[in-house]
Amino acid sequence: MNWRRMLVITRTDLRQLRQSPDFWVPMAILAALFFIVIPTILLFAIGHAGRIGLVQQIGRTLNVLPQRVKEAVDRAGQSPEGRAQYAMAVYLFAPLAVVVPLTISTAIGANTIVGEREKGTGEFLAHSPAAESEIYIGKLIGSILPGYLATLIGFGIYAIVVNVMVGPKVGGWFFPTGDWWLLMLWVVPPFIMLALSAVLRISARVRSATAAQQASGLVTLPLILVAYGQSSGALLGRQFAGWVVGGIAWALAALGLMRGARAVTRERLLGVDKQA
Amino acid sequence: MAEPVVQIKGVSRAFANVVALDNFDLEVPPGTVTALLGPNGAGKTTTVRVITGGLKVSGGSVRVFGMDPYTNGESVRLRCGVVSAKPALYDRLNGWDNLRYAAELFGLGENAPIGEAAARFGIRDALDFRVGTYSTGMKTRLALARAVLHDPQLLLLDEPTAGLDPESARAVLALIDEMATGGKTVLLCTHLLLEAEGLADQVVVMDQGHALIAGPPAELSKRFWPNLVVLLDAEDRETLDEAKIFEGVLTYERNGHATIQIDDLARIPDLIAYMSARGVRLTRVEPHVPTLEDLYFAVRNKTRPAVFKRGQTPKSAEDRL
Repeated sequence: MNWRRMLVITRTDLRQLRQSPDFWVPMAILAALFFIVIPTILLFAIGHAGRIGLVQQIGRTLNVLPQRVKEAVDRAGQSPEGRAQYAMAVYLFAPLAVVVPLTISTAIGANTIVGEREKGTGEFLAHSPAAESEIYIGKLIGSILPGYLATLIGFGIYAIVVNVMVGPKVGGWFFPTGDWWLLMLWVVPPFIMLALSAVLRISARVRSATAAQQASGLVTLPLILVAYGQSSGALLGRQFAGWVVGGIAWALAALGLMRGARAVTRERLLGVDKQA
Repeated sequence: MAEPVVQIKGVSRAFANVVALDNFDLEVPPGTVTALLGPNGAGKTTTVRVITGGLKVSGGSVRVFGMDPYTNGESVRLRCGVVSAKPALYDRLNGWDNLRYAAELFGLGENAPIGEAAARFGIRDALDFRVGTYSTGMKTRLALARAVLHDPQLLLLDEPTAGLDPESARAVLALIDEMATGGKTVLLCTHLLLEAEGLADQVVVMDQGHALIAGPPAELSKRFWPNLVVLLDAEDRETLDEAKIFEGVLTYERNGHATIQIDDLARIPDLIAYMSARGVRLTRVEPHVPTLEDLYFAVRNKTRPAVFKRGQTPKSAEDRL
């Protein structure tokens, strides 16, 4: 495996992406919506709703949360608004961390191999000295990075937003919690890789980018739902739950990636695999 | 004799029910230009893909630089430069980035001669622009620059002048000639016969995946037209048939003008006098060197053209022997 060559493929894919504002601007808007706009509006609404209506509903919701979570929320502060905002910020927005990277990375990944074939550049790669595994991993990293980076940046901004809006009511800087670090660094990455292992296989097999997008949507939607549930569980469940969920996801991702590597062949890059 | 750079023996490859290569043989000696001629679908592009190891063959053997390109792909591809029928460039990147990408994939590092390669093909000033804004000719030049960036020993050019205007096409052919003169081995796929004329040391006429004929153009012409060819024309073309019975005329064909094969050019003055004596007003008497186009159609029609029994005038290729 020539890592230098593999990273060249990654870098070139990222450079092309940077040259495509028609692609990354909507994705940046999506990340901003999920990490900044929606949380800000909801936290603001809760903070200014007084003791009625919305806060009471959230209060009732908090009662069904696990004991560990209820205790943490109770420790967060005295005011119902503060507790509601804390619960919302720490426990209920967890799926954001999954939806954004999966959406962005799969959108990129779906196009990556079939796109080379459609534009004819697959011919160049097929005649290049790069091994098929180098092309696969190079493209995999090129698909993971934008989604994960957008998520990390969004997460950073989200941390500032919730600390500024909720911090004064719960005794200061409180976010990210340990569970969120676990989620971001241990649980989310394998879910992205698992999704991409499926999406890259699709991208290598289908005839057009449109078909790849459609098929990827079908495959990744259930995965997003699973990741949504598991990431919530990782935050809401016992402390080791996150480690277990992440561990299983890593194992599945490794399996998926190994199988996915076989999908990238020179014949597919040349677009003749279906005819063979 | 030096070992061939490319040696293909009895290679077959099919796509579904379509046979792309059928028991195909090819030898490309080092430092030569070999032209693969044939219509679309003859198997030229498949041959290029087989040579770089992009496609696996279903039968026969392929050796490039003495190695199997399918199992030693990296070693073979590092020594090959390919220009495919479509330039296969990244439209969203500029010229620099396209060339840099190739340089890095081929392990050239920071000191890759990107500017020099681009200048050689007259594309240096356009490198800062996005390739998507390039004309077809500029894209082909950039693709050529990319193909020679790593100084490959074998150049595989698949329809390099497709879609180019005549000036650009001529410039590209001149550059190929220059590279061949510089000692590179070149395999040129084309269905444009003029493209290979004067450039190829060896031609291989392909049809339906196999080689109809292969060899140096002059040798092949000699094989098809062993005698001297002379074109004749007259005010009244029907009177040209008088030439059929002139001594020394070996073959005669009239299709508009007349084409004869004659055993000795020294007989031409006598032929002119003979025709004049019979009231034939000649307007053209021209010794003819068969072109690659003549050869191509002669091979494709699976006949030795212009070999007719005396008195027979062919109406179509089907009439030929």
